[in-house]
Amino acid sequence: MRDYLRTHEGEARILVVLALLMLVLGIASPSFFSASNIASLLNNNAVNVIWAVGLLVVLIAGGIDISFAVGASVVQYLTALVLLWLGGGNWLIGLVCAGVLGILIGSINAALIAGFRIISIIITIATFNALFGLLMFATSGRSIYDLPDWWTDRIGVISLGDGGTLTLPVAVMAASMLATWFLISRTTTGRQLYAFGDNPEGARRAGVATVKIQFIAYGWMGLMAGIGGLMQVNIAQEVVPNALIGRELDVLAAVVLGGARLGGGRGSVLGCFLGVLLVAVVQNGLNLMGVSPYAFKMVIGLTILAAISLTNVELMSRLTGRTWRRSHDQNN
Amino acid sequence: MMTAPSTQTAPDGPEAIRFEHISIRFGGLQALDDVSFSVGRGEVHCLAGENGSGKSTLIKAIAGVYQPAPGARMSYFGETIPASSPPLARKKGVAVIWQDLALFPEMTVAENIAFDSLVGKPRLVNYGTIRETARTALGKLGVELDLAAPLRSLPISGRQIVAIARALASDARLIFMDEPTASLTQAETDHLLAVVRVLSKSGVAVVFVSHRLAEVLDISSRVTVLRDGKLVGVFDAAGMTQSRLGELMTGRQLNQAVSARDPGNAPVVLQTAGLTRAGEYEGVNLAIRAGEIVGLIGLIGAGRSELAHTLFGMTRPRAGEIRLAGKPVRFANNRQAIGAGVAYVSEDRLSLGLVQQQSIADNTVITTLRAISGAGGLISARRKSAAVTRGVTEFSTKIGSPDDAVSTLSGGNQQRIVLAKWLAISPKLLILDCPTVGVDVGARDGIYRIVRALADRGIAILMISDEVPEVYFNCDRILHMAAGRIVGEFDPRRTPIAELERTVYA
Amino acid sequence: MTRIIDAMTRSFGREVPGLVGLLVLMIVGFSLASPQFLTGANFDSIASQLPELGLLTLAMLAPIIANGINLAVIAVANISGLTLAWVLNMYGGPDAGMLAFAAGVVLALAVGGLAGAAMGAIIAWFGAHPILASLAMMIFLKGIGEFLTRGGDISGFPEFVMGLGHGTVAGIPVPMLIFIGAAFLWHLLLARTRHGFAVSMIGSNPKASEYSGLHVKRSITLTYALSGVMCALAGIVMLTRFNSVRVGHGDALLLVTVLACFLGGVNPFGGFGRVAPVFLALVILQTLSSGLNLVGANQHLSTAVWGLFLIAVMVLRSGTPMLHALLANIRR
Repeated sequence: MRDYLRTHEGEARILVVLALLMLVLGIASPSFFSASNIASLLNNNAVNVIWAVGLLVVLIAGGIDISFAVGASVVQYLTALVLLWLGGGNWLIGLVCAGVLGILIGSINAALIAGFRIISIIITIATFNALFGLLMFATSGRSIYDLPDWWTDRIGVISLGDGGTLTLPVAVMAASMLATWFLISRTTTGRQLYAFGDNPEGARRAGVATVKIQFIAYGWMGLMAGIGGLMQVNIAQEVVPNALIGRELDVLAAVVLGGARLGGGRGSVLGCFLGVLLVAVVQNGLNLMGVSPYAFKMVIGLTILAAISLTNVELMSRLTGRTWRRSHDQNN
Repeated sequence: MMTAPSTQTAPDGPEAIRFEHISIRFGGLQALDDVSFSVGRGEVHCLAGENGSGKSTLIKAIAGVYQPAPGARMSYFGETIPASSPPLARKKGVAVIWQDLALFPEMTVAENIAFDSLVGKPRLVNYGTIRETARTALGKLGVELDLAAPLRSLPISGRQIVAIARALASDARLIFMDEPTASLTQAETDHLLAVVRVLSKSGVAVVFVSHRLAEVLDISSRVTVLRDGKLVGVFDAAGMTQSRLGELMTGRQLNQAVSARDPGNAPVVLQTAGLTRAGEYEGVNLAIRAGEIVGLIGLIGAGRSELAHTLFGMTRPRAGEIRLAGKPVRFANNRQAIGAGVAYVSEDRLSLGLVQQQSIADNTVITTLRAISGAGGLISARRKSAAVTRGVTEFSTKIGSPDDAVSTLSGGNQQRIVLAKWLAISPKLLILDCPTVGVDVGARDGIYRIVRALADRGIAILMISDEVPEVYFNCDRILHMAAGRIVGEFDPRRTPIAELERTVYA
Repeated sequence: MTRIIDAMTRSFGREVPGLVGLLVLMIVGFSLASPQFLTGANFDSIASQLPELGLLTLAMLAPIIANGINLAVIAVANISGLTLAWVLNMYGGPDAGMLAFAAGVVLALAVGGLAGAAMGAIIAWFGAHPILASLAMMIFLKGIGEFLTRGGDISGFPEFVMGLGHGTVAGIPVPMLIFIGAAFLWHLLLARTRHGFAVSMIGSNPKASEYSGLHVKRSITLTYALSGVMCALAGIVMLTRFNSVRVGHGDALLLVTVLACFLGGVNPFGGFGRVAPVFLALVILQTLSSGLNLVGANQHLSTAVWGLFLIAVMVLRSGTPMLHALLANIRR
């Protein structure tokens, strides 16, 4: 654990902040730790976490993806059309369909980024506009409400008692976290993702297949975008083509807040979860304390700004720490 | 055609590598011309040559990156092979530690060492095996490192150890080290040399690739010298000196006349008293007169550049005083130092000396933006182009168009641009930190002539270097710095160069 | 012909001849496709839509040259617009005088500059990543806006404000004149002033710039402060055009501003970027949009085409050297 915290300073910091915050909220409002509040906190943020772990993989590999929320919208819409055409379908078909479509969209990004060596932010901004424009044009902005029942029915998975039930999206979130953790921590491919984000030239020289690595990163992001999109329908019970726009930046902020580094090589699944949760808990806490919902964003923005500044106070102490280590090293 | 006066054969047994008649051509450039190179098992060997002499090309040929022209004969550990490739070379036990180390700062020490086991067919990671691999490799070196620490927490020397361990982890029996001491302190270099001795004893051959070999000469057995893509010869390391090596690498006697002069009673421009910054330098007293060139010789890590940074206002001394033209100064930042007439030519021209991507013109005027501004504070195109022309012609710098990126220039011409940008502020004190690093040998005399000409205009010059001949032939007075202190003062007109070399490289 | 191209390249940058060619092609194509394309009405519609996007793109341009980004451009524009609206409402809403308007404009510009300076300071002094810092600032400012307006819009301004937004001088819409003026000032700022010089240098290599005596931190802060002022100007123009202010207005333009910069040849790694090609890129985007509109497509299709267009341009730019290498290989 000590080792983990040492190599994951971002996660350690946010864990402390989150724990303190929850403690304060727990004391200030008894309903904070109630089963129903915890359940709704998780149910409402499951999709963000699914997207966050997808984005995490791209950030680890040194890229960025602005287009995933639009990608998720496209997947939602196409999946809905496929399912309607099939006359209903079921969860398995839905998952496969959303996953495959998501991976396809991710692969388009990867092909452009790796194939033409264009910086990822440009490509994903371009695909954001292209996909969003095409989606809105093709659908004329019409929502789909007539969806199969299995898709929109609330499915309780675990009951926390007292009216709090964790729903299917939370289970899928847990599975996505586990799968992503397994990919990035337990497979050689995952370690190559870190290496490529950390030092692309070094990775290339060591024999890492860099094009393949980028397809895996953006493909995984696409997969998570698709699955997240599928789950979002379960929560919202409708497919609205422009409903997810703007979520990409919120998720990005949460992932970076959770210790992932813009520029690659650093980040963890736990950090993503904590990053999303921190924003959610701040919002939840303000809600419980009866603060006007209109003030939420302001406080969240201020929290992130404070966190950024705090990060760099840390940096100062790390710099002095390094000098210490260096002289220590020489004394040995 | 020079013949190779090799006097000592390689140690007994099949050699680690034998590459013969290696020729490599890139377009119009003959990078290597019929070069032969061999290293014995467990031998410590030096491969010396100036920038552009073909050292890197030769390493890349041995590592399988480049294919030599037909007619070459190559063998690894007694086994002749028709053609090499990076995986084959690696399999045969050849490893190259590039100057940038090619490590992964965010990953742990263990993963960095065992990284080669993470490449290849996708499979599960076994962290136990990784730690074991890392521990074994470090054990061979007799070094203990915290395996779970992220690499970024290690000093450069520690990272170098990790890079060596990584080579050993993939069973390397011949390790090339590209400029290994370039960024190490003295203590770190000593540590590295101790590690190399251990390697050599266990039968692993090590080749140092460098143009600065003073530090590694005494643990090496032979030196191979390249110049202009051709083999100059293979020499015994015993009895080799840095200046002899310099002659071999350059193919001519270095500017052999001592140019030292007496500054006479010229006013003192820079004076420091008891200047101290803990861990960097201590009790530094020095004085430089107008028109005087003072050499500051010392190995890397002696505190030379750190002292220069303080004089240039980038760091603050903890104790002591700096006087500029008689007045005490305390710089809060380097802008104040520049305003007071202090200029600093960094040894790191690529990332600190020039903004490489930007144009020659912009790099020339960057220090004098106010002077080239005209009406309304706008930069005047006319004044700018006049300033650029002045800067470029001043030192007869060879450029294409002033709008070309400065990175398109050769090292010598880049350094002329750096000097021109500092001359533009009419400096009182010019600090040169290893002014000929990365400058071709032929172009070095030109730089030295410019430096002397600047001194003749009354500029006080502090020339930092780790090459004795550089300060010996170009300075009026030489200060020797070691472990943060100035430990000796020499007059090139009275001290023989050999004595100075003995003192500095001892 | 070559001489004209050389002259264009020399005075406006390498990107300009290609962009001009593209624009001419587009104009010819659309004129053939639609008789309404080459009419005054169409010109008016282009000239009235261009300024908002244009001013926001200028605000995005400078930080990108400094190797940063300002994701808060829309948020700053909105909050500045709100400031002006608030001042106008304080002085009687529809009955407010010219003086109140002038005071409001000054205050709005100051608010924009302040928000930008705060963001720049966090980036320069704390070393925060520009994406994260500006994202956090965006969330924070939007939050303040939502808090103050309760999510609604503010309207009810004096007649002359509307007149400003829809009036013309010598047949050219006032907002267009403001944009042209701002673009010219921006060109002077970036290409001719010491600050602009510093921005380019710092964008390429902040460390070497500092060693050469540039005040890096101050320049970065100033860059974002001026970017904020430009956002405020955009916010004011938006207020005069729509006669109302609402948080979130113009959100869809955020990524389009980045797209326009890259289309205009701004280097994504910082250090290089000029106003003239970006101006041209904006004209091209708007012409494309109105041309497509005339042939029966809607704004969403334009958005899609913008994205695809950026991909095509980037692929061509990065592919050209590759193509040359390929051709050389074939010839050999």
